Amino acid sequence: MADLANDIHAQVQDALQRQQPLAIQGSNSKSFYGNPCEAQVLEVSGHSGILHYEPAELVLTARAGTSLQTIHQCLHVHGQMLGFEPPAFGEQATLGGTIACNLSGPRRPYAGAARDFVLGCRIINGHGQIMQFGGEVMKNVAGYDVSRLMAGAMGTLGVLLDISIRVIPRPQQEFTIRKEVDTDKALQVIARWSQRPMPISAACHDGNHLYFRLSGNESALKSAHNKMGGDLVGEDGDMWVRLREHTHTFFDVDRPLWRLSVPPNTPMLAVDGKTFLDWGGAQRWLVSTSSADSIRRITTRAGGHATLYRNGPRQEDAFQPLPAPMLQIQQQLKQAFDPQHILNPGRMYKAL
Amino acid sequence: MRVQNSIDKKQLLDRLSRILDSDSILHEAEDLRPYECDGLSAYRRLPLVVTLPETIDQVQTIVRICHEQRIPVIARGAGTGLSGGALPREDAVLLSLARLNKIIAVDPQQRLASVQPGVRNLAISEAVAEHGLYYAPDPSSQIACTIGGNVAENSGGVHCLKYGLTVHNISRLKIVTIDGELLTIGSHALDSPGYDLLALMTGSEGMLGIIVEITVKLLPIPERAQVIMAAFDDVEQAGHAVGNIIADGIIPAGLEMMDNPAIRAAEDFVHAGYPVDAAAILLCELDGTNEEVSEQVMRVRSLLTNNAATQITTAANEAERQKLWKGRKAAFPAVGRIAPDYYCMDGTIPRSKLAWVLRRISELSDEYQLPVANVFHAGDGNLHPLILYDANKPGELENTETLGGRILELCIEAGGTITGEHGVGIEKIDQMCIQFDEQELQQFHAIKAAFDPLSLLNPGKAVPTLHRCAEFGAMHVHGGQLPHPELERF
Repeated sequence: MADLANDIHAQVQDALQRQQPLAIQGSNSKSFYGNPCEAQVLEVSGHSGILHYEPAELVLTARAGTSLQTIHQCLHVHGQMLGFEPPAFGEQATLGGTIACNLSGPRRPYAGAARDFVLGCRIINGHGQIMQFGGEVMKNVAGYDVSRLMAGAMGTLGVLLDISIRVIPRPQQEFTIRKEVDTDKALQVIARWSQRPMPISAACHDGNHLYFRLSGNESALKSAHNKMGGDLVGEDGDMWVRLREHTHTFFDVDRPLWRLSVPPNTPMLAVDGKTFLDWGGAQRWLVSTSSADSIRRITTRAGGHATLYRNGPRQEDAFQPLPAPMLQIQQQLKQAFDPQHILNPGRMYKAL
Repeated sequence: MRVQNSIDKKQLLDRLSRILDSDSILHEAEDLRPYECDGLSAYRRLPLVVTLPETIDQVQTIVRICHEQRIPVIARGAGTGLSGGALPREDAVLLSLARLNKIIAVDPQQRLASVQPGVRNLAISEAVAEHGLYYAPDPSSQIACTIGGNVAENSGGVHCLKYGLTVHNISRLKIVTIDGELLTIGSHALDSPGYDLLALMTGSEGMLGIIVEITVKLLPIPERAQVIMAAFDDVEQAGHAVGNIIADGIIPAGLEMMDNPAIRAAEDFVHAGYPVDAAAILLCELDGTNEEVSEQVMRVRSLLTNNAATQITTAANEAERQKLWKGRKAAFPAVGRIAPDYYCMDGTIPRSKLAWVLRRISELSDEYQLPVANVFHAGDGNLHPLILYDANKPGELENTETLGGRILELCIEAGGTITGEHGVGIEKIDQMCIQFDEQELQQFHAIKAAFDPLSLLNPGKAVPTLHRCAEFGAMHVHGGQLPHPELERF
């Protein structure tokens, strides 16, 4: 619980003067994610603490180094939660790292991604300037949406100092139902129920079973279960946590783990390896030793993109290469925020 | 922001006529007149030329020609915008996207629809209703406004507390960049690699690119929707009720508040059954599964009772529900009936500051001797004060604009923002100088330059030059100090 904004600001300005690139680091729980960045570490996890939380306004503002755990505890007391159900990948995971990586859990297709919940932020850009965008209100169209742009920018456009996020009420109850179906059938079942007004808050398939999580009040859940069928999986909410945190046995491998992001009812892709479907089919975890080129080609053809998530060869790009005109605009945007390439250079793409 | 060039209009018309039919190029004063303003009719200017392309190819060529001749380009949808975002310039081509009005594809399985920018907002929901789906954002102009304009402004609507703004409900955009290239942003997957340009484009007011195709997300039509009206003797009490409903874990589909002048105007106009002696009414719409709505109606009624509501009415059927909404939806034209002119403001405030802000607005209303009626998207803090005036009285428009500016500054002081959903355009450009400091404005200009280095796309809108702020500051900022520098603007 300390305000280290001035200290961090001074370090960025100093680095700028010395042309010394910085690798922004919170709790270091996501060091596996993205490309390596050889630079002087800028430690930001000390800049922590919840600044403002108004349950009736559905808004929480916290310093970027605040741990997710602290935020969860605080929200829990008031019957609220983070709607994007972020994976932490570590006990000390921070809000800043989560937003910088735009990480979202199983609830994502039904409630929104991390970026959807960002309302405002205070950042230090690559000129060493402290700036504030957005705010603590739900609707705000003054100026370009820089706060959402920060989500998923991997710290390459600015050092996040404070972040305001929208929070949501915790559902009264949750049921998980399970059906034994193959993957193709599972995709059809998901598509069918997703077109109807059902209280679905997550849908995944582990290779053998389709799981739906239903959230709402008890009578609504019972009625939905009656319509949808399937076995009630007792108190096995933990399954969603294991999927989210990659502690499920599926992820217990040292072969490369890929994340395929595709239109949700894309048929199963012809790639070697084993697959776990999350996000109702829109996020597919793939353990495969196939070449990056072939995985990316097949995923692109399906209208999606592939991220080398863990255990990849070091020389391989984590993120899908961008088409030239898109890369050019992104480089110009990087130039607009960090022309000296001081902030996390290469962490997302070599050119950014 | 003046573009330094001497425009060769003849050469421009000559080149345009090679790609467009003569009825797709307007350049005579009487033909240009209908395009001289958008929904902010106090500002009017004739464009140099109006073009009405029907294909993306034509849009690309028009933009290329303008780029080569260094002529600014201003995109326009239905012209319903309320901040002057589509206000023409004498030296600019107005690019109307109204004829790009096809629904390209509906995919009920993926719950997506790809549409051209000139498709009307409501037309999307109408087209997908047969699949039990709809498009959630519903700005009050949804009968007329186009989806392209909705993206440019990041439009909201009554239902955005629960279902989000335009930015939450689109999946992919195709844009034409200032050099005439077609760029795809986003995809039909749930995310895309690289920076989130989808977020950056949404609400960028035509400053970064021309939107030529949009894929919107569709939602299943809820099983049931129910509306409750509650009346209050006191505005502050109504504000507390809103906070208590949300703190209780209920996110209504819509949560609207009207103050007494707005209630009276609306009731007089459409006879919705509003209590005309109430200080404020709340309209609370609950939607979801049958079971959920039943339970929430009970909870909301009991919360309203505990918050001193003087009257609580639950619509017994769909006709009653429509009737209760009718008054709210007709609030703007209703206010239009009681004064020769009205000016609609669009600030957002933290809801906890509502009572304070309304009190200050009432004081300002007295100070400027101009009545103000308030319509409020109470759930998300978006306030629409309507200033009643008479443009035929000398000086009254100027007086109204000054009062409007004071109200926006009040929103900033309360920790809010100068625009919740109408955009900055030309209307609130001076207040941008108050909400953002010099560095932040420079960052905005740098973002624009990343897309449009010559500043040819809708120049002079949305982000003020530092020079303009300096001039504005000479009037409003004393000694280089912002009003209330102690207040965090977060």
